[in-house]
Amino acid sequence: MKKNRLIPVILLKNGWIVQSKNFSQYQNLGNPVTIVKRLSQWASDELIYLDISDDDNYDTRRDDQGYANRGDFLSVIEDVSKEAFMPITVGGKIRTIKDIENRLSVGADKVCLNTMAIQDPSFINEASREFGSQCIVISIDVKLTSKKYNVFATGGSKKTKFSPKELSKIVEDNGAGEILINSIDKDGKGDGFDLTLINQITDCVSIPVIACGGAGEWSHFSEVFEKTDAEAVAAANIFHYVDQSVFLAKKHLYDNGFNVRKPDLIKIDNYRI
Amino acid sequence: MAKKFICILDYGSGNVRSVHNVLKHLGYNAVVSNTKDNIKKCSHLILPGVGSFGASMRKIENTIPFDCLEEQVLKNAKPFLGICVGMQVLGDVGFEFEECKGFGWIQGSVEKLIVSDSTLPHIGWNDIIIKKDNPIFRNLKEFRDFYFVNSYHLKVNNPEYVLASSDYEGLFNSIVSKDNIFGFQFHPEKSQKAGQLLLNNFIHLT
Repeated sequence: MKKNRLIPVILLKNGWIVQSKNFSQYQNLGNPVTIVKRLSQWASDELIYLDISDDDNYDTRRDDQGYANRGDFLSVIEDVSKEAFMPITVGGKIRTIKDIENRLSVGADKVCLNTMAIQDPSFINEASREFGSQCIVISIDVKLTSKKYNVFATGGSKKTKFSPKELSKIVEDNGAGEILINSIDKDGKGDGFDLTLINQITDCVSIPVIACGGAGEWSHFSEVFEKTDAEAVAAANIFHYVDQSVFLAKKHLYDNGFNVRKPDLIKIDNYRI
Repeated sequence: MAKKFICILDYGSGNVRSVHNVLKHLGYNAVVSNTKDNIKKCSHLILPGVGSFGASMRKIENTIPFDCLEEQVLKNAKPFLGICVGMQVLGDVGFEFEECKGFGWIQGSVEKLIVSDSTLPHIGWNDIIIKKDNPIFRNLKEFRDFYFVNSYHLKVNNPEYVLASSDYEGLFNSIVSKDNIFGFQFHPEKSQKAGQLLLNNFIHLT
């Protein structure tokens, strides 16, 4: 049977992995490649790698990390794909078909579109025809304004005319493969997912929905699988701060009878026979 | 064959690099190539795959010296592994977008998965149910989950060729094999430990 997935989200801002709160406050967490190596060892099901840099400077200003100090995002992804033998979704600053091609060619399996999907839904169509819909993930950032859910674009900074339900339907009709639904209100709070929002989306589309925003303890993940039809849960902060986080989260779900992959700690390099 | 040298067949498929990365990580000497020289010289051949049946077949026909490949695999019995669409093209015929001929190395046809409640493509981790014992499963133990991305599957005429199946509103073939030829419907290069074990076993078949 197909399993529900646990997906760490990695936010990359100008060469560093950062923690995010309400899409506005950022704290440095460390080197992009070292963190991926750890997440790989804890048997994450997938990784979502988002570039949220304001400009194109990826200099970590450190050369003592054991990895090259990369000058651009594509080289970072290239390094990451040598450490992570699992599906990688890459997002941020994708505007053209060529941008997608470049990301896939350095080892990404899927790309995540946000602003472009809102500005020009026909781009989703073009992209999914070119690369297959399995390759196109649309992230939708949502905020409650006067008790109504609204989609925000450009890194959560601009309110759009869409409700999350409307936009989800549009992206599905245009050939999106998955939807990553993210609650800006819940971002970095750690007090649980917005289950109402997740249910609204899973009720109106038939493509897989990944729930994001609000995970603060393992039981928040089980809550999503118990009370919604989301196929996957994604989180950033909680997976970075706890040692063996993904393993422990998965163990919690597995031990409680949820349909996830058996938890495992992978000792890299030890299974060459 | 003493020295392992793996040729990953290059026909412009997107995930060639991932396959190369994992083989390098496992410490093997591997090359991404479509030259006759490498196809003859190598000890193992891998045909990766992402995309549709017809498009892949056209690219393969345009880039890979097929007679040379067929001689190495069918006549010289060199171990061959097809991944995802690389497995599907082993069949006689495919029906994705248009009817299209495959290699015909393993008799069967490629058909769409039939689902009513689930989403297509079938994306994610799913387990395999082993149907027939084979050295390819050595040391696999309880790790049975692999990463899949597929809407189609290879139906084979002879059930003897099915080593494992997976369930997605009904069983489909996830590993097929005939003599020295193997096909994985999932992506071993993206399936962490379990995937690497199977790749390792494939490389140690001879």
